[in-house]
Amino acid sequence: MRPSYYLSLGLVVLATSAMGPAATTAPSDGSISGTVTFTGTPPKMKPIDMAKEWTCAKQHTTPVMTESVVTGPGNSVQWVVVYISAGEAAPGAAPTTPIRYDQKGCEYLPHVAAMQTGQPLEIYNDDQTSHNIHPLAKVNAEWNRSTPTGSPPIKTTYDKPEFIAVKCNIHPWMHGYFAVLSTAHYAVTGNDGTFSLKGLPPGKYTVTAWHERFGTQSQEVTVATGEVPKVDFVFKALPY
Amino acid sequence: MHESSAPPTGFLRKHVFSLDHKVIGKQYLDLALVAVVTGMGLSWLMRFHLAYPDIAIPGLGRFAPNAAPGGVMTPELYLSLMTMHGTIMVFFVLTTAPFAGFGNYVLPIQLGAEDMAFPRFNMMSFWVTCVAFLVLLAAFFVPEGPPISGWTAYAPLSAIGKDAGPGQGMGQTLWALSIAIFCVGQLLGSLNFIATTLDLRTRGMTLMRMPFSAWAWFITSVIGLIAFSVLLPACILLILDRVAGTSFFIPGGLVVSDRLQPHSGGSPLLWQHLFWFFGHPEVYIAILPGFGIVSHILPAFARKPLLGPKVALVCMGAIGFLSYTVWGHHMFLSGMNPLSATLFSVPTLVITIPATIMVLLWIGTVYGSRMRFTTSALFCLGFVSVFVSGGISGFFLAQPSIDTYLHGTYFVVGHFHFVMGVAAMFGIFAGTYFWFPKMYGRMMNETLGKIHFTLTLIGVYATFMPMHYLGLAGNVRRYSAFTDDYMKGSLPLHRFITMAALFTGAVQVIFFVNLIWSRLRGARAPDNPWQATSLEWSIPSPPPFDNFGGHHPVVLHGPNEYGGTGPAGDCVMQAAPTTQVTR
Amino acid sequence: MGKLFAAVVAVVTVISAGVFIARIWWLPPDISVLGSGIDQQMTETMVASGILFVASQLTLALFAWKYADAGDGRPIKVFPGGATPMVVISIVLVSAEILVLTLVGTKVWGGIFLSPPDPNALKIDVQAEQFAYYFRYPGLDGKLGLAHPELIDASDGNFYGLDFANDTTGRDDIVSASLVVPVDRPVLLSLHAKDVGHAFYVPELRIQQDFVPGLVIPLQFTATQVVKKEIVCTQLCGLGHFNMRAYLDVVTPEQFDQWLKDQAP
Repeated sequence: MRPSYYLSLGLVVLATSAMGPAATTAPSDGSISGTVTFTGTPPKMKPIDMAKEWTCAKQHTTPVMTESVVTGPGNSVQWVVVYISAGEAAPGAAPTTPIRYDQKGCEYLPHVAAMQTGQPLEIYNDDQTSHNIHPLAKVNAEWNRSTPTGSPPIKTTYDKPEFIAVKCNIHPWMHGYFAVLSTAHYAVTGNDGTFSLKGLPPGKYTVTAWHERFGTQSQEVTVATGEVPKVDFVFKALPY
Repeated sequence: MHESSAPPTGFLRKHVFSLDHKVIGKQYLDLALVAVVTGMGLSWLMRFHLAYPDIAIPGLGRFAPNAAPGGVMTPELYLSLMTMHGTIMVFFVLTTAPFAGFGNYVLPIQLGAEDMAFPRFNMMSFWVTCVAFLVLLAAFFVPEGPPISGWTAYAPLSAIGKDAGPGQGMGQTLWALSIAIFCVGQLLGSLNFIATTLDLRTRGMTLMRMPFSAWAWFITSVIGLIAFSVLLPACILLILDRVAGTSFFIPGGLVVSDRLQPHSGGSPLLWQHLFWFFGHPEVYIAILPGFGIVSHILPAFARKPLLGPKVALVCMGAIGFLSYTVWGHHMFLSGMNPLSATLFSVPTLVITIPATIMVLLWIGTVYGSRMRFTTSALFCLGFVSVFVSGGISGFFLAQPSIDTYLHGTYFVVGHFHFVMGVAAMFGIFAGTYFWFPKMYGRMMNETLGKIHFTLTLIGVYATFMPMHYLGLAGNVRRYSAFTDDYMKGSLPLHRFITMAALFTGAVQVIFFVNLIWSRLRGARAPDNPWQATSLEWSIPSPPPFDNFGGHHPVVLHGPNEYGGTGPAGDCVMQAAPTTQVTR
Repeated sequence: MGKLFAAVVAVVTVISAGVFIARIWWLPPDISVLGSGIDQQMTETMVASGILFVASQLTLALFAWKYADAGDGRPIKVFPGGATPMVVISIVLVSAEILVLTLVGTKVWGGIFLSPPDPNALKIDVQAEQFAYYFRYPGLDGKLGLAHPELIDASDGNFYGLDFANDTTGRDDIVSASLVVPVDRPVLLSLHAKDVGHAFYVPELRIQQDFVPGLVIPLQFTATQVVKKEIVCTQLCGLGHFNMRAYLDVVTPEQFDQWLKDQAP
């Protein structure tokens, strides 16, 4: 993992995912936190060869690595979307603050962007080259649009919950995910694998962890006033 | 053969669903006019983007919010424009105007007939073509826009569907449908031309007395009959691959947009063979009527017979035949057996022989002539010049060992724009200035015409000659931008070409002004303003509904009787009662 | 008007031909063993067709000038000998030209596309896809893993669809986005496409070849200079066609061996 770019990203990741979205929090509400880890041997991250796009290649001093499986210290797993999949009374209205998705240095920043259904999504091209962004949606409408240098950001929303693989056709190594969720209670794990779902009224919930390679796992959790239940997920990893 | 020789009275029958070949001919020309304006507009957008890739085009964002966000053209919009430009120009301009347009209007009169052999087929042919055009234009209005796979629609890019990119969904299907419909229209037209030529010649109009233009349309219709009957099934197979899940052109194991495609067993080369079996003869469908028109018009203004008339006919026939033996020269590098490259190269080079002879005959006709430099004559001479320029670059591309360098570069773009685009357009212009008086009963303005010609000639050379230089330098075609790679050095030349193209396009305003002004205010045209010999000049301008007023002309002379001296001038009309000429 | 036409044609001809003769825009320097044959063929064709071009345009201009506005009074003249000399000249001259160019050209063409591959050639597997090239070299075992389209996973860098779990020959394959080759050693590429048609074009190598989905097409060349040049796609392959390129990196044999070692996964 290259700290340089995650440092620059840190604020975005923290603000939009790791700490959860800005859900109104009543003092009585509880939260769920935990860590996502793996057992076994995960596949190695592979360096990405960006030779064909020198305007991007020159932005990186060390090779960019593939992000389909990113692990951290203590067998933590990054880019896991943890969210409440059942037990909520009613999901609140989608926030109006847009989720920002960047195409920068021929990478998607962040690799996984989580959002609530109906929440505005803005996709920027910060590069000196044209990108096209092709979210391979199956439930939502699929589209494929170019973002030439100097074009305004694409503004869109997704209406149905879905994990959507995102790719750039022009730069075949660029891959990311949109996690469109019907809940406001979600988090995306950082490099330490931790997450925290806040602002949950007392009740019984199903917590689901989704990873693009490892799949999904769910656990039932009961939240009582003032409690912070720990929920840990462990994925089994194979080298290939 | 005709229901009645009385002219129709209802508006629809008279102007819209007319069975009259003259109305249908004009309809084809009007369609071509709409198409050429559209196609040229698209090329302007493309050229502007190539020269100034980062500058937003005002208003474009409104027209295509996804394809040109904020007016900045996306690569797919560029390819859409390119695909539509090529398709519109090749099919709806270069095929319709010189062949179906002028052919329909002039051929029956030149043969001494009242109408085409099958007037109803003729009407259907036009309206089917019109529908094809509308279907093609509809691709602009489907959500993902027009197709991006070029006018050649190479499979599997064109066959896979929306995974292959924007515009490859509904837009590409509409493209294939449009071309299939177009083929039906051209097949009806070709059959009609053949039947008319063989059956409806008036008494004395032997095959050898047919004007060169009539011969050219006849040969073209034979080529068209074979070519379009191959393209039609090819398009149907393409549509089936796209909508019915067949795999004619798609092999197994393809992964497009991260999705394994559910196809197997097809061959991309099959599409290329079928397409080019049509595609190369199509070049001659576009250019042979120009050969005929020039060979027909040039003697009238040179006031001397075309040199070697029989040689010219043999050459046109030879070109027609050879056009079916060369399609593989588009595929030297396609992965077909490299041995077959030589097989296709030799006939391609051999076509140069009849083409060279034709050029020499035209130039030889100018020698010792009393050339009257009307606008029409100038466009004939301009035709010779641009045809030579385009033909000579073909000499490079016909050789596999040179094509391995020049294939896929701007050299090819310059070549085919000269030889089939500009040359055919010059033929169309020559025909327009020549037959306009007959069609509308008014003369076109010669001063405007000559300005139009001179500026156009300069403009097309400034536009297309530099493309050869780009090609030599290895500049690749079909790229939407040359900003960030080794071709960056070509940008100044691209800017020059763009300026020249915009200039050439702007010059055409003179032509449109002339068309409209002459139509309304032009001097009244006599029956035979050019002292030409063929039958269309023996009847009033514009001709009556049944062309010859109910009687059938008897032809006694060939079309080439210029340059004598006699009581009626220096030429003999084809239907003149006796030989008035002494030489 | 005839004189104006003649003048325009003459000026256009002189400028057009002049730019060719001055070589203001010309082929980039050749860096391959077989390129000189192509260059020679190009020059021969350029001279022959250049003469034809200038001669016919200027003759057209000359006649237009000479017989411009001749008036209707003057008797017409038939070209000396009529059409026969033209037919004879065309057939003899053009046929001879065709014969020569075909004989020479076929040799050049055959040298590239028909000659058997050098047994000593460096074999590289090339995959073209929307919109990039990937070049695969066998690892230490000297074997390439089998490619399975259904296993392709670009997000994980598995562009070839290698079955790492079951096929150990593929684990050490080197997959590079640049074509790195040693200088002066014959290279044999096997071209295959992942999705649609593409092409391989290096102007400096003077070669071009389509990738055809479903076919594996051999292509050989020998680079003669240590240079870095672009490989571009010349077959319309979709929206990113303009951006489809890779770099040809011709290095010394020592550098090449070192590069292979560095790349080992």
